[in-house]
Amino acid sequence: MANPVTSSILQLPKRPWFWAFVASGITFGATYALTEGSGSSELISAALTFATFSAIVGIGQMFVITMGPGNVDLSIPATMTLAGTLSLKFMDGSTALILPGLGIALFVGLAAGMFNYLLIRLLRIPPIIATLSASFLYQSLAIWWNRGLRIKPPEALADFTTGSLAGIPNLTIVGLLIAVASWFILQRSIFGRWLSAVGQNTRAARLSGIPVEAVKAATFIGSAVLASLTGYLLASFSGGAALNMGTEYLLISIAVVVIGGCSIAGGNSNVPGIWGGALLMFLVVSMLNSYGLGAGVRLILTGTIIIAIVAAASGRKGSA
Amino acid sequence: MQLATTAGSSPPAIPLVALLDARMAFGAVRALDGVSLTISPGECVGLIGHNGAGKSTAVNVINGGLTPTGGSVQYTLADGSKGNGAAVARACGIRSVFQELSLCPNLTIEETIRVPHRDLKGFGWRKTARKRIAKALDQVFPGHGIEPGMIVGDLSIAERQMVEIAAGFAEGSIPARLVILDEPTSSLDAAVARQLLDHVRKFCASGGAVIFISHMLGEVFDVATRIDVMKDGKIIDSRPTSDFTQQGLIDAMGHVASTKAEARSQTSREDRIGEEVLNTPEGLSARRGEIVGLAGLAGHGQAEALARYFVSRSAGIHHTKTPEVAFVAGDRGRDGIMPLWSILQNLTLTHLPSLLRRGLVDQKAEDTLAQDWKQKIGIRTENMNNPILSLSGGNQQKVLFARSLASSAPIVVMDDPMRGVDVGTKQEAYDMIRREAEAGRTFLWYSTETDEVVQCDRAFVFRNGQISAELIGEDITEENILAASFEMHEEAS
Repeated sequence: MANPVTSSILQLPKRPWFWAFVASGITFGATYALTEGSGSSELISAALTFATFSAIVGIGQMFVITMGPGNVDLSIPATMTLAGTLSLKFMDGSTALILPGLGIALFVGLAAGMFNYLLIRLLRIPPIIATLSASFLYQSLAIWWNRGLRIKPPEALADFTTGSLAGIPNLTIVGLLIAVASWFILQRSIFGRWLSAVGQNTRAARLSGIPVEAVKAATFIGSAVLASLTGYLLASFSGGAALNMGTEYLLISIAVVVIGGCSIAGGNSNVPGIWGGALLMFLVVSMLNSYGLGAGVRLILTGTIIIAIVAAASGRKGSA
Repeated sequence: MQLATTAGSSPPAIPLVALLDARMAFGAVRALDGVSLTISPGECVGLIGHNGAGKSTAVNVINGGLTPTGGSVQYTLADGSKGNGAAVARACGIRSVFQELSLCPNLTIEETIRVPHRDLKGFGWRKTARKRIAKALDQVFPGHGIEPGMIVGDLSIAERQMVEIAAGFAEGSIPARLVILDEPTSSLDAAVARQLLDHVRKFCASGGAVIFISHMLGEVFDVATRIDVMKDGKIIDSRPTSDFTQQGLIDAMGHVASTKAEARSQTSREDRIGEEVLNTPEGLSARRGEIVGLAGLAGHGQAEALARYFVSRSAGIHHTKTPEVAFVAGDRGRDGIMPLWSILQNLTLTHLPSLLRRGLVDQKAEDTLAQDWKQKIGIRTENMNNPILSLSGGNQQKVLFARSLASSAPIVVMDDPMRGVDVGTKQEAYDMIRREAEAGRTFLWYSTETDEVVQCDRAFVFRNGQISAELIGEDITEENILAASFEMHEEAS
């Protein structure tokens, strides 16, 4: 046996999140090589900022996916949009209303999560269908309330979301705090234990006395609240809410879960991988952009890269 | 069927199938332990016995589905030549109708018929199939009201069973000469069941042979010309039906006197058993410190009754440090094990709400609890952090026991927990259950093994999803359980 430090380094490639970070590094290197280093600090800062949005919704999605096959939250984009538009309209540019605005956003998430869960539970609709159809409702609400108004966020909030502390974007700090909290919940709290049990074997979990329904409800609510927080931050960051602001986060939220090495079969989740996946998703697109590839080729390559990462990570697991 | 008469007319019976000292072992389990029997044209053999007596294995050896690990199986074809093996069994006209319905739910009736009837092929096979199954249904179940074009999934379970039986008797390129019916009437009502019995008699009278397996002794008496009784992989009695009485049959099935009854409990019932702690609408009841057995044939509603009771007493919304009921799974993969977890995490799951410190799981307390139970129950592992799947089945079962017993639940529900557990572990578990009961815990214990039920203070025997008898103390004997498990009279007669 080697000493603990080297052996834990040797164990690294077996960590499910390892490959997401390796791929992010390679992608960054490829971009760096092309631009010969110019603008690399801007690239890092942008990657950290945009990855934050993907990471927060990804963490919510991860909790849902951990509950096992068929569990996925497709209402994330619509919840983001609704929370973003409602809170910005409420704040109406007033700095004093920043925190109440955040409260509005989080309340939207809470309500959306409860509505999703009630659809699933009371009407016995599969989660995919329930969250998909609910998302049309949320999107329509956002359109109805918004009426195309483009309201600027309060200045202090805009400054906060675009600012940084010691070179690290403020948003990234928020995202990392959420990640750490989620890691704690998953690894150390009884909720995390229960969630994993439900994801492995719902029937056995029920028969062990786990409050399965409460776990499910909390998970869907948690996912929606994280989505609404992301909507609030994204709208403030980009200078106003837009009705299509959530669109790309549907696939990203699922992709980062998969790339990060969580088990789609349920029961197994890891938080670092979400961040790895979120960074990768941004870096791949910006790399392809800087190589000057057209939109079509970009999408094809993005898909191919994701498949390659997932294949590499799962092949590793199989041989270990 | 008409063709079968030619085979039957050949005078004194040349057996269709002859088993000579057939043995079948699955690993260490000897499912058949030297079975010799012959079935001749015109015979209807009633095959009866307890769960796990080896009936299904015998059937699968007879129809060629299993190749015996010892002894021989010989078939006599319609032209008088002999042979063995699955292909010969099929050529011999041996058909099986199973209790577990083997039709494909997404196909139409005529389409599913093609699976056993392999000659249905080429252009227009559907039409042939339709005629074939319609004719058979008309013969066996006149007035059945089933259309061959119907989707199997849309049929009721009784209709599916009827289709399956009819397919067994339907004509084909190889006429049916021996039809094996495994619990054919379990989902049929009395009138339809009588149609079947009538058809079986007609079929045998015209030279066909039938093996009839049923837990409804009345039916067996009604239709069988000979009854073979199986126990522990052997045929322990074989006589013409007229030589048996129903009581004699029950005695024959389970004549081994129980020695366990004496070993029951050291403390007397009166000292140990307190007030009533549970009472379900369907009639289950138990008192403090009592070990209550749920007996009867497998699949007669015991497991469902336990699950219903458990779910009714533990809400899916709230969690509690003091659960009322804890559950010990017998079907470990389906109901118990968390396959991704360590032994420790599996063990502490139910008790976890009591191991919290400031909202987080107290890992030290969890460790202590696991070590404690590792000692108490003897889980054979070096490290409780090893994956649960590294343990043998018996040790996994111990972990599941510990999961429930570690909790403070005053009532423990056990769903046939000794399934696939070796003898040594069983004894340890029996001792533990008795100790816990003496300490005031109540056990609801479903078991398919009579040896276990006779250890209980009280037993409820289930039949067709209902409690058919309540036995107390010394009355819990194999004979009484069997008598209550079997339908003594033909229904509605």
